[in-house]
Amino acid sequence: MKTRPILIAAGAAITMFALAGCVPNNASTTDAAAAITVDSSATDCTVSAGTATSGTLKFSVTNSGDQVTEFYLLAEDGLRIVGEVENVGPGISRDLVVQAQPGDYFTVCKPGMVGDGIGRSSFTVTGDKVQLAGDVQEQVDQAAVNYVAYVKDQVGQLVTGTQAFVDAFVSDTPSPDGKTAAELYATTRANYERIEPVAESFGDLDPAIDFREADVPAEDEWTGWHRIEKDLFPPTADENGGTEYVPLTAEERTYYADKLVSDTQLLYDAVNDPDYTVSIDAIANGAIGLLEEVASGKITGEEEIWSHTDLWDFQANLEGAKVAYEGVRDIVETKDPDLVKTLDERFASLQDTLAEYGSLNSGFTYYDELTTDQVKQLADGVNALSEPLSQLTATLVG
Amino acid sequence: MSEHEPSPEQPDTSTPAPAPAKTGISRRGLFGLAGAGIVGAGVGAALDRFVLPPSASAQENAAVYPFFGPNQSGITTPAQDRLHFASFDVADITRDELVGLLQDWSAAAALMTQGKQAGTYGAVGGPYDAPPDDTGEALDLPASGLTITFGFGPTLFTDSSGADRFGIAADRPAALVDLPHFPADMLQDTLSGGDLCIQACSDDPQVAVHAIRNLSRIAFGRASIRWSQLGFGRTSSTSRAQQTPRNLFGFKDGTANIKSEDTGVVDDQVWASKADGAAWMAGGSYLVARKIRMTIETWDRTSLREQERIIGRTKGEGAPYSGGTEFSEPDFAATGQGGAPLIDEAAHVRLSHPDQNAGAQLLRRGYNFVDGNDDLGRLNAGLFFIAYQRDPRTQFIPIQMNLAKNDAMNEYIRHVGSGIFAVPPGAASGSYVGATLFGG
Repeated sequence: MKTRPILIAAGAAITMFALAGCVPNNASTTDAAAAITVDSSATDCTVSAGTATSGTLKFSVTNSGDQVTEFYLLAEDGLRIVGEVENVGPGISRDLVVQAQPGDYFTVCKPGMVGDGIGRSSFTVTGDKVQLAGDVQEQVDQAAVNYVAYVKDQVGQLVTGTQAFVDAFVSDTPSPDGKTAAELYATTRANYERIEPVAESFGDLDPAIDFREADVPAEDEWTGWHRIEKDLFPPTADENGGTEYVPLTAEERTYYADKLVSDTQLLYDAVNDPDYTVSIDAIANGAIGLLEEVASGKITGEEEIWSHTDLWDFQANLEGAKVAYEGVRDIVETKDPDLVKTLDERFASLQDTLAEYGSLNSGFTYYDELTTDQVKQLADGVNALSEPLSQLTATLVG
Repeated sequence: MSEHEPSPEQPDTSTPAPAPAKTGISRRGLFGLAGAGIVGAGVGAALDRFVLPPSASAQENAAVYPFFGPNQSGITTPAQDRLHFASFDVADITRDELVGLLQDWSAAAALMTQGKQAGTYGAVGGPYDAPPDDTGEALDLPASGLTITFGFGPTLFTDSSGADRFGIAADRPAALVDLPHFPADMLQDTLSGGDLCIQACSDDPQVAVHAIRNLSRIAFGRASIRWSQLGFGRTSSTSRAQQTPRNLFGFKDGTANIKSEDTGVVDDQVWASKADGAAWMAGGSYLVARKIRMTIETWDRTSLREQERIIGRTKGEGAPYSGGTEFSEPDFAATGQGGAPLIDEAAHVRLSHPDQNAGAQLLRRGYNFVDGNDDLGRLNAGLFFIAYQRDPRTQFIPIQMNLAKNDAMNEYIRHVGSGIFAVPPGAASGSYVGATLFGG
């Protein structure tokens, strides 16, 4: 429910072509111990060595010029980019870590970030061929297509579900399938929670749809799911900071219902925009981000403080993370099979633990009915998965 | 180090150094005494290592800061390494009794900050059938740069029921506002507020704890601790002579802090003046404390790319993303690939910079804390943020409102405790902190 536009924006900066040349994370890293230094000045691009042995190479790029610079490792044709670092401010150092096959390359710096760059030098990698995946570009493209389709499907279901939910909420009578708004609340939200990082990438939408009361600045309006949650699961005066909770009027209910529907429609429009795409690292970061949501909001019971339906959100976050992970799993497996094995096991293990408390179909134990030990057990499972999962993006693009 | 300390060349002596007078025994004097005792026991070769700590730490621990003066110490004083902070609720007492407490506190603080024991008889003297005046755990320790700084909370002036318990409601400075709710605040009542506060800073944690312990003991019946906080590592430098330390996110913190050498800025941004409204606060300052929990476990799973974008500085050097070295001024207009700003729009360094806050600055004096762990097995870790300023209405509040709404770092922190205090000017020699308000 928190804004993290950074997540997706940062991901977008990683360019796809880096994949072509960069692979196993588990390869011996001893080769990388001796970093190759690159000095990018106003007039030159001095690389400390012109040759290296195949495997993991680390270029430590220092910008000694007075303009923002970039450093590229180019393939034999002088065009294809094997690896790059960008946005290196004057005086700043940054590393480029790549997996390099034997062959001929070029190094070049681009102070000012325009033109063909300067100081282009040949760079030779000797030694044995490093085990590389095949052509992953096709897999990468397919993963992005699949994930966009998943997002559209979830948001489509969310639009339908939200309408049914607010109808029940506004009329205060059961929905066509006989469920009340309070019953529909947690299950309808699952479609949102599965793709939450996507909604967060659109800036204003997540605050309007999913902010908790405490997230909202004093003078700002509080709208969305949790505003309605508070009315459906009204707090006692004690839980409400000492003041009696005043239920929403019929007009107010209609207002918040309409706003939720229209904000959800905006999300639908955004992901159905023909230009809407996701990058491979955004998918991976989305999986990581969903587990972070679990760790910071659900496992603490802070997300659903009135309804206590945190485990529904937990399940949906986990499912969304699993889908995102599965989408890139085969690519990651070619690079780091051990990581995939660990992640497979820990996703399954966490799902098993969570299943002890229910399912989206049959409902879960309410957060406030969990014992401290049970919460700890769930938190340990989240940590066990999150820690290796945090390596996903770097493995994928590295 | 003490003048009583034997030099390495000094031969074994079986006669301890002369015992100092019973009253007002200096801890530093006692340190020397203990050293002599060891010599007497003939420990020999181990001696040098034992009584001669590495000179750097000896130098630092030797620091002694004055208690009396125009401003209280512990504000522009070079930030010490350790903190013990305590907030107090005043009991149902009279104005005279409150003044008595403040006088007793200042008297004890004046002794302890000079490396002496609290009370008339100290820790090991006085009537044999009475408990010692001083609790004793700082015996043998030097002053260690101890400063003790007192503050008055809003509820001292007007309590929660609106009562003017001590006849000072009319003197409440306009700048001593109740802090507003900031977005995502998760404040706990048991970690917030208070009628009085004491900030004890020292280079030795035991010395800081000793100060709070003795001052709270003096207060029993008149005031009791509402909440308190230990800080184990400073996160700000307040002097150019100090290296910039790191917070628990692993980044340098306080690079652009107000430094005591910038006297013009200090006068403009830190010290309240007569013209600000409350004449009794001239030479004082306003302290805002925030207990900020960091979810370091999730932070540690974040890529270096995202960590640096959130902060807007490099993790190693601490240089702004626009280039340069640690102390280079950030260039917020600098752009990189695709015309995007090098320093992200939501980066902490951008949002907290004076340029984004109408020139407002804070003198930060925060400390890292780890209070054990929570029920989920996570370290209960974070930053105990302390900032001094001339007027929170134009400094902390707008800056924090901006950060709470927009800072990319919010994902990894939560504010769980809060306090605001008017920190009066320093006491004239022999007087007490608060005399400008209460008289005497």
